[in-house]
Amino acid sequence: MNRNLQLLWNGFLPENPIFRLALSLCPAVAVTTSVKNGLLLGIAVVFVQVFSSCTVAIFRSFIHPRIRIPAYVLIIATWVSVIDMILPVVSPEAYKQVALFVKLIVVFAIIISRLELFASKEPFVPSFYDGLGMGIGFTFGLVITGAIRELFGAGKLYGFDVLGFEPLLIMILPTGGFFVIGFIMATFNYLEFKITGKIPKSGGAH
Amino acid sequence: MSPHIRLGRTTAGIMWTVIATLMPVLLLSIYVFGFRSLIITLVSVISCVVVEAISQKALGRPVSVTDGSAVLTGILMAFVIPPGVPYWLPLIGAVAAIFINKELMGGLGFNVWNPALVGRALLTASFPVYMTAAWIPPIDWSQSPLGVYLGGGVDAVSTATPLYVLRHYGLAALLEKFGDLSVIYKNFAIGLRPGCIGETSSLLLLAGGVFLMIRGIITWHIPVSTIATVAVLSWIFGGETWFTGNPLVHVLSGGLMLGAFYMCTDYVTSPTLKSGQIVFGMGVGLLTVLIRLKGGYPEGVCYAILLMNCLTPALDEWFKPKRFAPPKPAPVAAVK
Repeated sequence: MNRNLQLLWNGFLPENPIFRLALSLCPAVAVTTSVKNGLLLGIAVVFVQVFSSCTVAIFRSFIHPRIRIPAYVLIIATWVSVIDMILPVVSPEAYKQVALFVKLIVVFAIIISRLELFASKEPFVPSFYDGLGMGIGFTFGLVITGAIRELFGAGKLYGFDVLGFEPLLIMILPTGGFFVIGFIMATFNYLEFKITGKIPKSGGAH
Repeated sequence: MSPHIRLGRTTAGIMWTVIATLMPVLLLSIYVFGFRSLIITLVSVISCVVVEAISQKALGRPVSVTDGSAVLTGILMAFVIPPGVPYWLPLIGAVAAIFINKELMGGLGFNVWNPALVGRALLTASFPVYMTAAWIPPIDWSQSPLGVYLGGGVDAVSTATPLYVLRHYGLAALLEKFGDLSVIYKNFAIGLRPGCIGETSSLLLLAGGVFLMIRGIITWHIPVSTIATVAVLSWIFGGETWFTGNPLVHVLSGGLMLGAFYMCTDYVTSPTLKSGQIVFGMGVGLLTVLIRLKGGYPEGVCYAILLMNCLTPALDEWFKPKRFAPPKPAPVAAVK
């Protein structure tokens, strides 16, 4: 596997932002009441993460280390403004559900941490793949959490009624979000333990 | 051998004794609410035992369902559920109570919260309609055909609990609905009132609690401090003006008796030391009255106990007895 593919895979499972790094859990709990919301926010995050990573990678030698955090925030904010203008045009109905959180992408921990840890040190191409992998991993986390919560909390999947029995209201409430993310995290740790035979160190420890 | 006195008391022995004291309450609730209450209790017990066995197998622990703790959890969870709920409801509560709250925390002895109440809390959050509206009035034996008694036709009958009436319409409405104060005292003490399956009979619960105290399984500290706090606070703040509340109505209604004797006194989730236990009981009483009089729910015993369960480790720490001789500082050579 070459390095770029490895970076993609890294963000998807081994360092999944939600289940392994436990970053940006607040929006993850807040928007994942349905698959659709999770998917839309995930796409927005992919966009912002990739473009911010690339921008920082290009300008990394011009950004003075002392003012790097404000510079990162400005760069992220620029791309968030762009996506915040594109999304309502592409999908006005779904945008209403996640509008608040799209604006909050500026302060998502995952994005600024990738800029600080990766894009500020690496050239353009690896940064692109790292951003894409992290974004896809985040989207994957949101979608899978949203699917479980929507299935058990509303009896639906992507808006279609699939569940025959009465849904559990608690899954739609924030409590249910914490439950579901905790259980998926535990599953990830268990799988890692089964595959590598080592007790996982990172997952959920932040 | 070290000088420990063996009492010959086991977990299983304690659990089955507690279960035995709850049997009269179950019989009375069958008399009051019909066979629905028996079926719901059975579903609850069986699902708790099955969930415990499956989760212990899955987690690689020895299966210990015969110690009775899952059976007790099942009975107590059924006792805090309204009698008019669908029969499958306790199954979901059992998963929360046993699997999430007990086995995932490390098994019996490691749970932070009372399992039965966690089950109830999850059900209340998940099915608010059933858990706050499925009340049945006590069955009138002389009027009821056997069909109603066996559980049919329940959906048509619904009523409100005394605490709901008291909270939303006041004492006058309570007297109008349930009769004079003397009638209320008598019926509430026996258990002839709408309420959760096992919470209505204050006298039987009191008798069971006293029996457990005589056997030395529970001590008086938690129940007495809980009930006394509720009585005093509802007397002071329960009425229109200060010191005009009716403490007896507050003590006899809701799940206070069941909570004070059977749920607050859970060994795992209550403080070990007597002083801590008294503060624990007072906290439960205070929160109960606060929720009943000012909160959004008419009844607050469940959440009061769950909240105080969170404080149990802190209470154990705060009331730790002082050592008479403080330990000598370690020799310098040993410190690295």
